[in-house]
This record gives sequence, structure tokens and C-alpha cells, in this order.
Amino acid sequence: MMQAMNIIPIFVAIPLAGSFIIAILGKRPRWAPDLISGFTTLVLLAASILAVGIANTHGVLVYSIGAWKAPIGIEMVLDGLTAFMLVTINLVAFAVSVYAVNYMEQFTSKSKFYTLFLLMLAGMNGLVVTGDMFNLFVFLEIASVASYALVAFGTEKHELEAAFKYAIMGTVASLFILLGIAILYSFTSTLNMADMASVLAQKESKNIVLMVSVLFLMGFGLKSAIVPFHAWLPDAHPSAPAPISAMLSGVLIKSLGIYALCRIFYNVIGMTAEVSSVFMFLGVLSMVVGVFLAIGQWDLKRLLAYHSISQIGYVVLGISLGTPLGVIGGLFHLFNHSIFKSLLFLDAGAVEYATGTRDLKDMGGLSAKMPATGTTNLIASMSIAGIPPFNGFWSKLIIIIATVEAGRYWYAFWAVLASLLTLASFMKVMKYAFLGALKEKWSQIKEVPVFMKLSMGVLAAICVFGGLLIIPDVADVFLNRARNVIMEGVDYAGLVLKSIR
Amino acid sequence: MAVYLLCFTLFLLGIYCILRKRNIIKIIIGVIISEYAVNLFFILTAYRAEGRAPIYSKSAIIENMVDALPQAVVLTSIVIGLATTALLVGIAMRIYEKYGTFDITKIRDLRG
Repeated sequence: MMQAMNIIPIFVAIPLAGSFIIAILGKRPRWAPDLISGFTTLVLLAASILAVGIANTHGVLVYSIGAWKAPIGIEMVLDGLTAFMLVTINLVAFAVSVYAVNYMEQFTSKSKFYTLFLLMLAGMNGLVVTGDMFNLFVFLEIASVASYALVAFGTEKHELEAAFKYAIMGTVASLFILLGIAILYSFTSTLNMADMASVLAQKESKNIVLMVSVLFLMGFGLKSAIVPFHAWLPDAHPSAPAPISAMLSGVLIKSLGIYALCRIFYNVIGMTAEVSSVFMFLGVLSMVVGVFLAIGQWDLKRLLAYHSISQIGYVVLGISLGTPLGVIGGLFHLFNHSIFKSLLFLDAGAVEYATGTRDLKDMGGLSAKMPATGTTNLIASMSIAGIPPFNGFWSKLIIIIATVEAGRYWYAFWAVLASLLTLASFMKVMKYAFLGALKEKWSQIKEVPVFMKLSMGVLAAICVFGGLLIIPDVADVFLNRARNVIMEGVDYAGLVLKSIR
Repeated sequence: MAVYLLCFTLFLLGIYCILRKRNIIKIIIGVIISEYAVNLFFILTAYRAEGRAPIYSKSAIIENMVDALPQAVVLTSIVIGLATTALLVGIAMRIYEKYGTFDITKIRDLRG
């Protein structure tokens, strides 16, 4: 028992140490940043898979920082949902870190990139494992500030403009979150999530909870780019370097936005029917608005960014349904989306690496020269559009079935429609970029280097076999555990407080 | 009560500044104003009427101390605010180098 809980702080300590070491070493040995970053993310991936096993055998595990017991000290909690998010984050981070070895050669200061990248990873991992309200805010800010800097990494006109917009909106979102936390603290006199949940359950607190819900909805909604709050995303995500676009779209909006929303609304303040219907509406709205905006885009990365908004809508719809099937569909789609959307962004990066353009009208027939990129892009496109054997199909199917089961036929209709439009827009991508006749000026381009191919290949393999996660025996270990945490609602408090000793 | 209302007014003033001003530097100042308003609110929630500083000593009678936790928390939050502000100002300087202006209506190559 003692050893098992000691794994929890590792998820914050290792990336922080890695980023510190890279920052100190600087550029001296040219291979050092690549090696340290690759090794760090590999260790984290191994540890997060180990954490799934531990969460399975022990249930809820609590680590008290500095041995101060709750409700005084800061707690780190490892349960099914945390383990699920850790695997998602660190899997994408590992693929991105391998990809960046070749891709970031175009930029001058690779070591600064890795420093910020690992800092962002530490923030995300910390946010996921923490069991303390203010600690959550601190990690959220670490990840956000690192991501503002990474969006501006190219320091060209567009990057800076996008980064400024993103930074201002992100900061305002953080302020709303902090205000919400301040109000909750003044009401409950505690910052520990589990303790807060048990205090809130005892008090008559309708109005305060409503006010705090609105503040958190604005704050975390902005972080996760749900539709009325989405304006920064289509600028910020394409402006970042491709590996960071993959990280931002793949996991940042999910861990900072969706995970925090789930944890706070389901486990701390308790989900009510009104709040969940607001979420469902916003989910469907982002699903439809995102896909309509995406279909007209000619900039490849911008198109992908709009699809992120649309796919986040599916996740929000699934999770806010609140039925066991809906929640599992939402979580499964969250995992799948982080895989195929990072793959799509990495492919877009590969195209940009080889040709230097992101304009779809300018490309054509690239499959002939770049077979690996073409194939992986085809797999990811079919996954996101929901073609049967690939992972995206299964999660969308579950969400739509759950929506129909809950009696929300119109929402199910919009979900199907958005899925068809997604298919249409990715047929456009394949047609203009990869299929057809090769243009004269691209006759000299080469396939991307080996590390980029390797990481794209790994993600594509997960896209193909990801559907297997839904097989009952496998789901029991991974997805169902995460679903149970959301379904248990405010009973979370009791479970966490019990396992503190 | 009036204190809380003033605090809230300060917050709204900052938000107004972010939304309405066209100069990048003024927008950053708006962010700072609303950030201070939130910090101030957090400190206010810890205030107890006639309370004394939360310093523990052997002889002290423990009654009517102000809440010590928000003070520590706000300190962290101020530091985070410093990091954000420094980054924002850094980006603003680079934007001035590239575009030659601080006016956001002239800096709009991208459309969100």
C-alpha cells in the first residue's frame, strides 16, 4: 500500500525535472534535449499504464503532500478517471515528443521548445492527479502559460497575434475560475475537493452553487472551446508548431477543460438536471457550428482546428447525458479524439514540412511522394468521420445510441448530421491534398524522416485497433473504471476521505 | 457589503477595459485590474471584524483571528499573475516589432 501511492507525485515530478535539466543544459550536446524529452515521456507513459493497474487493484489511492492529512494538506488522488486521463495525455505526449525530434529541426531553439513542452505536460498531469481546488488552479495556470508561449513559438506575425488573443482569453477564463474557487472557499471554508463535496452536500446552497456553476462553465468552457467560447481556438491551434498543435487539440483542451468540468460538476458540486441540459445544448451547438465552419476552410490546420470544436461537442454531449452508456461513449470518444486528432495534426505538419504550404488548393497527389503520410492521414480521416472498423466509429455509435435511449431524438439527429458533414470535409482533404495527379512543382519532395513516420505509424495503429477497448473484458479495466468515477457523483468525497490514513 | 460591491465593480471595470480598449497595453492593464479585483475578493473573504493577524505564539489567546489560508493562496495567485503579465507584455513587444502598432483594429490578419 505504501509503495503503491508513491507513484502519484511522479507524474508531476518527472516532467518538471526533465524540463529543468533541459533548460540548464541548453544546446551544448545537440542530442541531449531529444533524448531527455523522449526518455521522460516514455517513463511517464509506462508509469501511467502502471497506474491503470494500480487503480484497478486498490480502487482510490490518496497521496498527502508533505504528510499533512486532508483537509489541511494538499492531496493527490489516483482513481479510475485519473488513470484514464493520464494514459491519454502521456500516450499523445510520447508520440509528439518522438515526432518533434525531426520536425523541430526547422526551428532554432529546440531546447527551449522541449522545456516549455515538458512544463505544459507537468501542468496537465498535475491538474489530473490533484485533489485540491487551488492546486488545480495552479497546475491549470502552469499548463496555460506554457501553452501561450508555445503558440507564439514561431514569433512571426500570425503566431504572435494568435498567441496574444489566446493569452488574453485564457487569462480571463482563469480569472473566472479563480473567482469561482474564492466563492466556494468562502462558503465551505475548505479547498480540498473531497471535503468541499461533503460540506456542500450538508448545506442548503442552491444559489451559491448556481453562481459558481456559471463561473466555472464560463472559465472551463473557454479552456475547452465549447461553442460560444471558441473564438481563440481556430487561430491558436494552427499557429503553433505541428507537435504543439497536436498536443493542444489532442489533450490540452480535454484535460484543462473537459476533465476539470467532469471532476468539479460531477464529483464536487454535484450535477443537476438543469446544468446537464445546458451542457447538452452547448455540446450539440459546438458539434454543429464547428463542423459547418470547418467545411469551408482551405487552410489544412485551420480546418482541423474547427473539427476539434465539433468533436469536443460529441464528448460534452456524451458525458452530460449522465447515463452509464452516454458517459462511457463520451470518455471513449475523448480518448479516440485525442489519438486521431493528434495524428491528423502531425500529418498536416508532415505535409508542411515537406512542401512548406498549408493551403489545400496548392497541394495535390501527395500520396505518390509521401506514402506513409498519405496512408496514416487516410486512417485518421476515416476514424474521425466514423467509418466502421476504426475507433471513431464505435465511440460515435455509442454516443448516438445513448442519446436515443435518453429520448433526445433531435440531439441524435444533429449528431448523425455532424458526422456526415465531418466525412464530407475529410473527403475534401483527401481529394485535394493526397489523391489525384501530382503537381509539377511537388515532383522533388521527399517523404518525412524516420522519427516522424514512426510516431505517425504508432498513432495510426492505435486508431485501427482502438475499437478493441470496448470489448467487455478490456473495458472493465480501463473505460468502466473511469465511468464509475463519474457515475458515483458526490459519493467521491466519501471514497477519498475513507482512503486517507 | 459595500466593500464587496466595490470589489465587484473593480472586476467589471477590468473586464470592460479588456473588451472595449483598442490599445494592446490598455488591454493588458485591464487584465491586471480584474486580476487584482479577484485577489482582493479572496482576501476579503478571510477578513473577520476586529480580527488580528494569524500569528501563533505560546501566550496568544486563539480567538478572532483572520483566516490565514487565503493570504497564502493569494500570494501564489499574485505570482502566477506576474508570470502571465510578463508573458503578455513580452508578446506585446514582439507584436509592436512586427506590426509597428499597438492598435488591435490594425492587427487582424487572422479571423477567429
